[in-house]
Amino acid sequence: MNVLVYLIPVSLILGGLGLVGFFWAIRGHQFDDPEGDSQRILTDDYDDAPKA
Amino acid sequence: MTVTPQYSACPGCTAAPTPEMVAEAATDISAQLLLSLPGIHCGGCISAVERALMAQPGVRSARVNLTLKRASVEADDSITAEHLIDVLARVGYEAHELDAGSLSATETDKRGKALLMRLAVAGFAMMNVMLLSVAVWSGAAEATRDLFHWISGIIAIPAIAFSAQPFFRNAWSALRVRRLNMDVPISLAILLAAGMSIYETMQSGEHAYFDATLSLTFFLLAGRYLDHRTRSVARSAAEELAALEVPRALRENGETVDVSDLRVNDLVRVVPGARMPVDGVVTQGQSELDRSLLTGESAPVAASPETIVSAGEINLTGPLVVRVTAAGKDSSLHQMADLVALAETSRNRYTSLADKAARIYAPAVHLLSLAAFTGWFWFSGDLRLSMNIAVAVLIITCPCALGLAVPAVTTAASGRLFRSGMLIKSATALERLAEVDTVVFDKTGTLTTGQLTLNNLADHSEVNKKIALALAQGSGHPLAVSLALAAKKAGVEPAIIRNFTELPGYGVEARFGNQKVRLGRADWLEVEELASTATYLKVGDEPAVAFVFMDALREGARQCVLDLTAQGKDVILLSGDTSAAVADIAGRVDIDAWEANMLPADKAARIAVLTKTNRKVLMVGDGLNDTAALAAAHVSISPASALEAARVVSDMVLLGGSLVPVAKAVTIAKSATHRIKENFAIAALYNMVAIPVALIGLATPLAAALAMSGSSISVSLNALRLTKK
Repeated sequence: MNVLVYLIPVSLILGGLGLVGFFWAIRGHQFDDPEGDSQRILTDDYDDAPKA
Repeated sequence: MTVTPQYSACPGCTAAPTPEMVAEAATDISAQLLLSLPGIHCGGCISAVERALMAQPGVRSARVNLTLKRASVEADDSITAEHLIDVLARVGYEAHELDAGSLSATETDKRGKALLMRLAVAGFAMMNVMLLSVAVWSGAAEATRDLFHWISGIIAIPAIAFSAQPFFRNAWSALRVRRLNMDVPISLAILLAAGMSIYETMQSGEHAYFDATLSLTFFLLAGRYLDHRTRSVARSAAEELAALEVPRALRENGETVDVSDLRVNDLVRVVPGARMPVDGVVTQGQSELDRSLLTGESAPVAASPETIVSAGEINLTGPLVVRVTAAGKDSSLHQMADLVALAETSRNRYTSLADKAARIYAPAVHLLSLAAFTGWFWFSGDLRLSMNIAVAVLIITCPCALGLAVPAVTTAASGRLFRSGMLIKSATALERLAEVDTVVFDKTGTLTTGQLTLNNLADHSEVNKKIALALAQGSGHPLAVSLALAAKKAGVEPAIIRNFTELPGYGVEARFGNQKVRLGRADWLEVEELASTATYLKVGDEPAVAFVFMDALREGARQCVLDLTAQGKDVILLSGDTSAAVADIAGRVDIDAWEANMLPADKAARIAVLTKTNRKVLMVGDGLNDTAALAAAHVSISPASALEAARVVSDMVLLGGSLVPVAKAVTIAKSATHRIKENFAIAALYNMVAIPVALIGLATPLAAALAMSGSSISVSLNALRLTKK
């Protein structure tokens, strides 16, 4: 049972990372245009280099 | 435009923007241009539009939002929206300027994001606590169970403190004015369950309800977020319609100003094709005015100095200079809107199904829980046990399913209607639409497009057709444009004419051979005017001939009337136009009951009479003359082409050109209301099983978790059945 001492914090930290990532995505306006983003991936623009 | 009442169970009370929010959002808009792009639909469109915009010198950045069908452009001051609209028109995209001021509130929809974050935290905490609870349910005992309870509590308490804030805030604001709403039992259940669980954990008790508390919060937040999203989509589209009309006017010296800056006695110039920005008196110029949006008349009216004009009329032929007699809040448009606001309040008293449920539900839950507590305390004398049972009753009766029942259905229904081109602005519109038994249509601009088409080209001699086409080609008047279009379509070649001149407000004249030829108004050519809309041609000294026009039917008008009649609704046509014109249209769409020559007040009075005889009236109209009627009706729809005042009072807006979705909306509304009632029944059924179990003290945390998730999932699935058909 001692393994729980590691496992519980590990699961909490991993889940927490996901939560922080979600917050970061919301703040970065990543959910403002879901339809547009799903279409942009198909265009050839900025394939060679990212948009400046 | 309904205001959600405070006692409502509807989650939208958290979604409606407060004035502070709007003000806050308005401050962070940068100097940029917003363009509406109704035609874009794919990735190719995005890159074509962005490339075209970026290619313009002076444009610093351009970004298309496909979800909102909008482009935001950052550019130097020298770049105007008109210029960019031209650029886009050349690459084949229709674009309109949007007024950034009226859109700012949705640009940063902070409230939706806040709700989403609370939902994410509740979901995260729920999953972790559930995981620990599984261990407890499967038999962890003594120290292990206590440890798991402690960890659950450490996760749950901050998560609840953050996520459940919307419920606490709503409950507090209801309690402060001594009222109960759905959030009161929710908050009480969350707080009591959390408090009791902490106490049990400290006493190393067997049952802790952290998982139930969190899943309750999670499911209710999900319902609230769904509701918020439905409404923000509708709100942003409605705002976009309003923002399309950029409130600007041209001063006499050519300077462009905001309409709000105009004062009485200022002189404004109104170019042909523009809408009157203010009420006023014509001081210079000759022209004709299209008053159909205000009065419903389809024929243009002459305007010359001393003619009184009202905001909303469209100037057709010649430029006019107008002296302002009333602007902004004092204009007839705004006064009409004030009248409408009065009529609106009566409709706001409509009690939605969710409100009705909440009114019975909230007191019932509290009484039941109190009864459980006193009953068990009297029976056993054990305070802790009685408290535990009372909390179990509160949790198990908590309206997870009820909180999801309405938003899940309205989300599904509004989504379906939005895809078929109908926008729902009011929260209770669907329920009201389902009750409708009488449908009242306006004529001009609603059943018809308001665009006139030539009706009797074949009656004229070849030479007259040729002369008429030659004359009509030179004018921008809508009748002339329509005449030229019809003649060209019929293969008529224009005659050769000389000395062409246009007399704004009267007509056009020229010389054909050695004869003087004129095309224009009846009084100018000194002939008897016909009952229907017409333009007259006079060749030399021959008697004048009339080209008669008919209002074209809106797409799907006949189909819509047929569908509604098939559903057993009474269809009535009320119009401000002449009897001949109304009879013609009524005949073409198969409406037996029609009335003509109606003043705006007559229409509203007619609807009031219908309402008195217990009819539930759906009003479909577009003009200023319809606004009072739209507000008086049980539920109302206006087309997107309607005047803003009409759209504001309507519960729904028809986005496309066709009327067919109106009949479809009634069907969808009916099945949506049916689903809501079914969902209430499912929730009630589940409570009937769960409450006795909780009352006799057999509700374990596991049973609560299972029952809660089970009922929430079943109502959501039931709501989704709506979209399948």
